[in-house]
Amino acid sequence: MVYQILSQSDLCDYYNLNENPGLSQRIKVRKDKFSFLDDEKIQLQLISFRDDKQVHITFYLPQMHCSSCLYLLENLHRLDGGVISSKVNFTRKEVDIVLLTDKTSLRKVAETLTSIGYEPYISLNDLKEKRPVIDKSMVYQIGVAGFAFGNIMLLSFPEYLGIDATETSLRSVFRWISFGLAIPVLLYSALPFYQSSWKSIKHKFLNIDAPIALAIIITFIRSAYEVISGTGGGYFDSMTGIVFFMLAGRILQDKTYRQLSFERDYSSYFPIAISVLKDNKEVPTALPDIKPGDTLLIHHEELIPADGILTRGKAFIDYSFVTGESLPVLKEMGEIVYAGGKQTEGNIEILVVKEVTQSYLTKLWNRDEFKEQEENKKVSFVNILSRYFTYIVLTIAAATAVYWQINDPSRMWPAVTAIFIIACPCALFLSNTFTNGNVLRILGRNHLYLRNAQTIEEMAGATHIVFDKTGTLTSTQQQDIVYEGLALTAYQLHQVAALADSSNHPLSKALAKHIGKTKEIHVEGFKEITGQGIEGLVNNDLLKLGSYEYITGEVNRQPGTAVYISFEGELFGYFLFNNHYREAIPSLINELKKEYHLSVLSGDNTAEKDTLQKLLGKKATLLFHQKPEDKLQYIQYLQNQGEKVMMIGDGLNDAGALKQSDIGIAVAEQTNNFTPSSDAIIEAKQLSKLTKFISLCRANRNIVIASFVLSIVYNVIGLFFAVQGTLSPLIAAILMPSSSLSILLLTFGSSSLIARQMKL
Amino acid sequence: MSVIIILLIASISIAGLFLFAFLWGVKSGQFEDDYSPASRILFDDKPTSSTKTE
Repeated sequence: MVYQILSQSDLCDYYNLNENPGLSQRIKVRKDKFSFLDDEKIQLQLISFRDDKQVHITFYLPQMHCSSCLYLLENLHRLDGGVISSKVNFTRKEVDIVLLTDKTSLRKVAETLTSIGYEPYISLNDLKEKRPVIDKSMVYQIGVAGFAFGNIMLLSFPEYLGIDATETSLRSVFRWISFGLAIPVLLYSALPFYQSSWKSIKHKFLNIDAPIALAIIITFIRSAYEVISGTGGGYFDSMTGIVFFMLAGRILQDKTYRQLSFERDYSSYFPIAISVLKDNKEVPTALPDIKPGDTLLIHHEELIPADGILTRGKAFIDYSFVTGESLPVLKEMGEIVYAGGKQTEGNIEILVVKEVTQSYLTKLWNRDEFKEQEENKKVSFVNILSRYFTYIVLTIAAATAVYWQINDPSRMWPAVTAIFIIACPCALFLSNTFTNGNVLRILGRNHLYLRNAQTIEEMAGATHIVFDKTGTLTSTQQQDIVYEGLALTAYQLHQVAALADSSNHPLSKALAKHIGKTKEIHVEGFKEITGQGIEGLVNNDLLKLGSYEYITGEVNRQPGTAVYISFEGELFGYFLFNNHYREAIPSLINELKKEYHLSVLSGDNTAEKDTLQKLLGKKATLLFHQKPEDKLQYIQYLQNQGEKVMMIGDGLNDAGALKQSDIGIAVAEQTNNFTPSSDAIIEAKQLSKLTKFISLCRANRNIVIASFVLSIVYNVIGLFFAVQGTLSPLIAAILMPSSSLSILLLTFGSSSLIARQMKL
Repeated sequence: MSVIIILLIASISIAGLFLFAFLWGVKSGQFEDDYSPASRILFDDKPTSSTKTE
């Protein structure tokens, strides 16, 4: 089908460009899926610009993955004549489309995109304010600082090497130019340090930026004084240089993974609009406009956006998103269905009882605790270290001042200012930012993405690790199936497979896949009773597959998931479905067991308690039937006991716990899958390296401290000159870059070396 | 000596030009997506469907 559309428009090159273009298109999209795009009000919130003729819109296309996609999407105007241009931003997986309103519509474009396999992802989140633009000001600032630094360095050569007595006027010209170049650095490039230190002073806490800002200002004033009075060249080169290096470090550390989002809440998962039934007509309505009393039509495979009562149809709801329960739940008419579930079979209607923002699931996000937490940001050890450092520097400065006041008052000010210049904790700042930046980079290369640098420390400091079971310890994509009962012949197995293959139920599909399809066996009179089982005539044998109740008519509640099977009414046995543990989990758990307290929280039933207990050891806590709130409360309970909790989970059901924990790691099968808001995102395959990641984070701290010690050595050398009041520009000019560079080498080298030793 | 002053002005203005080019590049988003422009240049405007590239 995709090929047809493409060949009509002469875009067949798409298939020549890459070996594997286009993920196969699995789900055919419902006809009215994008009808909400015709709605004026919704349109206005999505588009970025419009006039009488044109509309500009940006679609997020998570399926984009190769250069062929790029080619295809940028040739969209051949598939839809109304599209003027389409421009892809691959890093963000977005396409900016300009279209003519009289020739096409947003809905048509969205449908065209869907038909070629790139379904635009439009979620409730898009209805909120526009996404914040990436702050580029620090890049501008480093540009200015680099410009000034380079030029001042060149202009300072007469200061370093001396100049002929006849040409001293030239030297003063150079000094004045340097002065001029340093002003934008002082007033613009160094802004982030002033802002951050001002903030910290307001909170009555001295962070590392405060002494740095002080040092920058003092250096400038002293240098300006020297230039104006004609007594010296000042230290503009050192000042601009250090600002440049520190900005570089900060940018490296703050480098975020733009294609990932750590701030998702429920609104990123929910659709933007849903069909509301009014006078027997489907009206697409934006989610915030849904009120209690509305009747919603939920289509096959759609998410239920609000809590409601089922009024028509049989709901077969997949709550794995919310509860972690791996199998769909059957709900009859009149029962309450909660938001967050996905309808898996057929259409249903529900009567809304609560608004979207008030539903059981969304309330988890709106807890007041989270808002408070945001304000109580944790303090990095570097800030505490820098505070001691500042006190020591102040003491030395005071002592020097007193000494020179007694012996030679004229040398007091030069000496004291020199101390502040030389003893700025720039080196500590540099070592910290560059090590953090490098560690983040190494972890990112291994598909563990941390939200920010502070997370490294949290990761190193964790004492208790809590796992979610479904989707984290176990894989959602595989199940272990064991047969128990009367022996089945190979032929009978094939019959079972043929019957199972006729059904769309997840268990049937897994079963068919497990047995493997061989011969085509025709199934007649296939009947499926939702939530119960399936039956059919397979080569004239009446076969039934399903729950114990469905097969025998008696109620039998055993823990665990089993599919019973009968031939001609005779019960043969059952297939037991066990969760499939990720391959790397046992060895990972074995390593973690030695150092950490472990817990497992599961929304599932207790069927696998024994297996898990054996795996995790006797000390581990295992809790089952955990609702999202229970998980959150368990984390809180641990924290009240003084534990630093690392939570590893995947679904929305863990979202509260992930947020509450000191460090929440979301597990994703693929990094461009959606993950709940967390401090870190890890690719499922990389879970086995978790212990290595943790030890790298611990090494991070040691590297920072080691390079700090090195920087203190430089500081002592500098102070030796400074207290005597004999810090010459040359010494400062050598000391500053060499200390900075050697610290960079040490931090980069050692963190990379440690990573290589760990084979990361 | 005056030659040096002229050279100085020339060199700083050239450096200033580069600074401007850098700031302009950042502002117009040239550093934001480093994948698509690189691939985009490889696509012909009108792919000829008869000659297949293998």
